[in-house]
Amino acid sequence: MKKILILGGGTGGTIMTNRLRKALEKEEWEITVIDRCKTHYYQPGFLFIPFGIYTKHDVMKSKGDFYPAGVNVMFSKIEIIKPSENRVVLEGGKVLSYDYLIIATGTQTNPEETPGLKEDLWYKEIFDFYTIEGAVALSHFFKRWEGGRLVMNIAEIPYKCPVAPLEFVFLADAFFHQQGIRDKVKISYVTPLPGAFTKPRATQMLSGLLKEKNIEVIPEFYLESVDNEKKSIKSYDGQEIPFDVLAIVPVNMGSDVIERSGMGDDLNFVPTDKHTLQSEKFENVFVLGDAANLPTSKAGSVVHFASEVLFENLISLIEGRPMLARFDGHANCYIETGFGKGSLIDFNYDTEPLPGTYPLPGIGPFGLLQNTKLNHYGKVIFRWLYWHVLLKGKEMPVENEMSMAGKKI
Amino acid sequence: MGTKTIAGIEIQVNDEGYMMDASQWTPEVASELAKEEGIELTDKHYEVLNFIRDEYLKGNQLTIRKVGKSGIVDIKGLYELFPGGPLKKASKIAGISKPSSCV
Repeated sequence: MKKILILGGGTGGTIMTNRLRKALEKEEWEITVIDRCKTHYYQPGFLFIPFGIYTKHDVMKSKGDFYPAGVNVMFSKIEIIKPSENRVVLEGGKVLSYDYLIIATGTQTNPEETPGLKEDLWYKEIFDFYTIEGAVALSHFFKRWEGGRLVMNIAEIPYKCPVAPLEFVFLADAFFHQQGIRDKVKISYVTPLPGAFTKPRATQMLSGLLKEKNIEVIPEFYLESVDNEKKSIKSYDGQEIPFDVLAIVPVNMGSDVIERSGMGDDLNFVPTDKHTLQSEKFENVFVLGDAANLPTSKAGSVVHFASEVLFENLISLIEGRPMLARFDGHANCYIETGFGKGSLIDFNYDTEPLPGTYPLPGIGPFGLLQNTKLNHYGKVIFRWLYWHVLLKGKEMPVENEMSMAGKKI
Repeated sequence: MGTKTIAGIEIQVNDEGYMMDASQWTPEVASELAKEEGIELTDKHYEVLNFIRDEYLKGNQLTIRKVGKSGIVDIKGLYELFPGGPLKKASKIAGISKPSSCV
């Protein structure tokens, strides 16, 4: 019996169990997925919780519901990966061997990396919304808040879902309007990037929206520490910004097990061939999604597109054929902009987000780099697609590789 | 794009002044590029420049955090060596392309 081991049973790991179990003979191949946590969170939904649009029950399901029959599912922490011995050791000492390994351990927020961040004000006046705990705590805070300065800060790059902090300030603007206190709230978007986003065309469009909504942008701010007494954030070059409530994207890092196993870079992301998705060091190890050091967004859409490439290459390797599938870094992100509207960007390693229509050229129905009601519905419908189509590894109604058709240069 | 003569060498630079060919770099070129940024290079600067050139030529992505963990200088010190945008300035003086943040 040959063995495939999948570390991490989140978006990427779940898709792979579904694709692989369908493709490989049960008599020949044993597939095992390991995760430390039994709950599958619909992470794009976390964003809506602080504003009371979703509750935590809208984003939680049991992981076990999404793995196919015939896959071994183990809930355990992983102690260490020993790729030169083709073994993984679980907490408690159980040893698993494998023929092929897929690392899909994701990225986590590490507030401990920033002095002063996880101290007195944590979950009192400082919140993240990348964890269910942070998002729920912030929803309680916003219910009672009467106004002041809301600072949204990104601590480090890269971070998961690069548009989420922008969506957060757009939704905050709408939320405080609805609460009738928008005039009492100052919203500041503080980022280490040189502008609202990295790519020029998208930055231009998003900067316009931020201005329209009276949201201040403070670029090139690289967070050093948080002062809990003065309630301010400080940068390495001595800038200081006071806040009444701080929404933070803490430093994102790959899983601890990657560090313990000596397989990561300085942020515990695994060096990965950006086209084949194979580990740069070990032929029988593939890396899927946020866990990899790929130069593209850390986001569910990327995981989904990458999973098709990884699947094809793994099957080719198993069958002794050359690995021909090449990942292009394709990412596709809905951007909630508040008041029932949304925007959409579609890009890859080489092509920045451009205006146009998606997925059908000239027809859409979604507008790229446009602010429309239909885009918002796309995001709303996506939650259903995520649970019922995407995780199951079924065909999504969009192309895997990014297409230039429908884009205006 | 254009060329300019730095330390006696014809060097190709892009619109933002970043060198197009990292192999044309010499310590003397760095010294001239640094002066344009208002920086007088010390041995510590050169240690940082050599580190980021090594990483770049190995194909590794550079971040401020990575330089801060290099053992040469901490992040605070890096900001003191290259005030303003330390990674952008250091990359420019090191003769490599502008660091791209891929989000």
